[in-house]
Amino acid sequence: MTDTITSPARRGLEAPAGLAKIWPAGLLASLVWAAASGITLALPDVIPWGSTELFAALTAAGALTLVTLAFTAEGLGRFGRAVKAAGPWLIALGIWFALWEFTTAKTGWLPKPFFSPPQGLLHVYVSDGARLGLCIAYTLRLWALGYFSGVIVGFLTGVGLGWSPRFSYWGMPLLKLIGPVPATAWIPVTFYFFPTTFDASIFIVALASGIPVAILTSAGVASVNRAYFDVARNLGASTLFLISRVAVPAALPHVFVGLFMGLYYSFAVMVVAEMLGAKYGLGWYIQFQTAYSAYANVYATLLIMAVLCAGLVKLLFVARNRLLRGQEGFL
Amino acid sequence: MADGSAFPPQGISLRIENLSHSYRIEGRALPVLENISLDLKPGEFVSLLGTSGCGKSTLLRLIAGLEPPLEGRIVAGETDVTAPDRSRILVFQDPTLFPWRTVRGNVALGLETDGSAAHRGDEIDAALRLVRLDAFAEAFPHQLSGGMAQRVALARALINHPPLLLLDEPLGKLDALTRLSMQSELLQLWRKVGFSAVLVTHDVEEALLLSDRVIVLSDRPARIVAELPVTLPHPRHRDDPHLVALRAKVLALLGADIPEAIA
Repeated sequence: MTDTITSPARRGLEAPAGLAKIWPAGLLASLVWAAASGITLALPDVIPWGSTELFAALTAAGALTLVTLAFTAEGLGRFGRAVKAAGPWLIALGIWFALWEFTTAKTGWLPKPFFSPPQGLLHVYVSDGARLGLCIAYTLRLWALGYFSGVIVGFLTGVGLGWSPRFSYWGMPLLKLIGPVPATAWIPVTFYFFPTTFDASIFIVALASGIPVAILTSAGVASVNRAYFDVARNLGASTLFLISRVAVPAALPHVFVGLFMGLYYSFAVMVVAEMLGAKYGLGWYIQFQTAYSAYANVYATLLIMAVLCAGLVKLLFVARNRLLRGQEGFL
Repeated sequence: MADGSAFPPQGISLRIENLSHSYRIEGRALPVLENISLDLKPGEFVSLLGTSGCGKSTLLRLIAGLEPPLEGRIVAGETDVTAPDRSRILVFQDPTLFPWRTVRGNVALGLETDGSAAHRGDEIDAALRLVRLDAFAEAFPHQLSGGMAQRVALARALINHPPLLLLDEPLGKLDALTRLSMQSELLQLWRKVGFSAVLVTHDVEEALLLSDRVIVLSDRPARIVAELPVTLPHPRHRDDPHLVALRAKVLALLGADIPEAIA
């Protein structure tokens, strides 16, 4: 008897089983993105910015994609799960676009030239894309030369400092002295020592990335479990073997912390390093545009730098996870 | 260094003459070993028994050559011990596997020091089979149980065919059941491979079950208090009356204050 009463009620609860396949956050995100697009199209700009229609079209495309995903994400496997995990962020992003658009372009509450609406940034990419592309290439070249030479020297120095008490006696005080000095403070000296300003820029970036790697590597090598060395010596290991196959692999988790810190520092000094007589580069572009109060260009460039840095961090994570594979329990 | 095939198939002798050693702690000398003399026949299994911290582990480190003794002499086979060598391998209480290497990579360590690992893959497989871990060759140490990790440490030592194996409480950290099965495994390995062995332990029963001779050491600084031959054939049983009698004798020598009812 109770069964006949409860089962329709339960069926009522289970009825939206078909609806359970819908991703509600995606639906909501789609709505806010559509609202951002609507605000952009429906209200007039206080002053013309260019690319307003393009921004409206892009947010509308985003809204359409999200509404499609809201009904299909369930069946998309890994990609679907990743999209669903990003749900709250997608909603926040839509709200951010709508508010940003409304307070800048549509009302002028946050005025030009200090603030720029999203279409202002978009217009920079549309109108000055070629030059920005060249700047990205120049910046990446400077970064790669500086970062890699810096971390190689920093790593070797760190191994020496961590391994040899004599090297550490002379080297450690120097490193402690140089370490806290901002890399950019060396600019006057580098001008004297380096033949070209480009070399000086590379040195500044190398210094900023190399010092944390040296410090962390030496700490890592110095803190390796002594018992590992006993085991290896007992099995016939030479000094070279002890360094390359015991000390360095054992210190690798520390080394990676240094590589991450060096990556952030290298980006922080890049803008300054590109002051030194550069003709292209994102740092140079930022300074050039700041001088003209073209803040939309500055923000657009900062966004590129942030994305580049995040991408390189991601790459470094992939490399770390591959090299330290199997050590989850140990890290 | 001799190559693997040059090792004799059986264990080597070990002669320790008037060995004394001390550590320097905060400027003061702390004597740990006092006038130890000991002879091992090739293939003999000897256990050193003593209370915690009496200096047993130091004695093994000196035999392994990881530290030079302050006084006295150690001769393994025909040669004086002055440095670590693959012919005398110490297995620690802690397996100390390298966490960044797979089981296979850990076992191969000794072969890598002379560059022979690349063409001796079969021997690595054989060593893994010897300790029944061939299925875990690609596992990482953190995925292993304590007993498995210690078996990897044994394989890492045995692949070098050491004629002398030094065991520093290798089963000390294992649970009681694993410990029992590892004791019989160790015994089987010894009888199969034929190495000489010095086992440091504070488990009286373990020493009596495994070894040909039990050496009882005093508190620090360690001196030899007694030597007791154990002539029972293998496999031995812990409730064999002869073994029980020996156990009571050893415990008395170690200074254990045991009520008669238990002893």
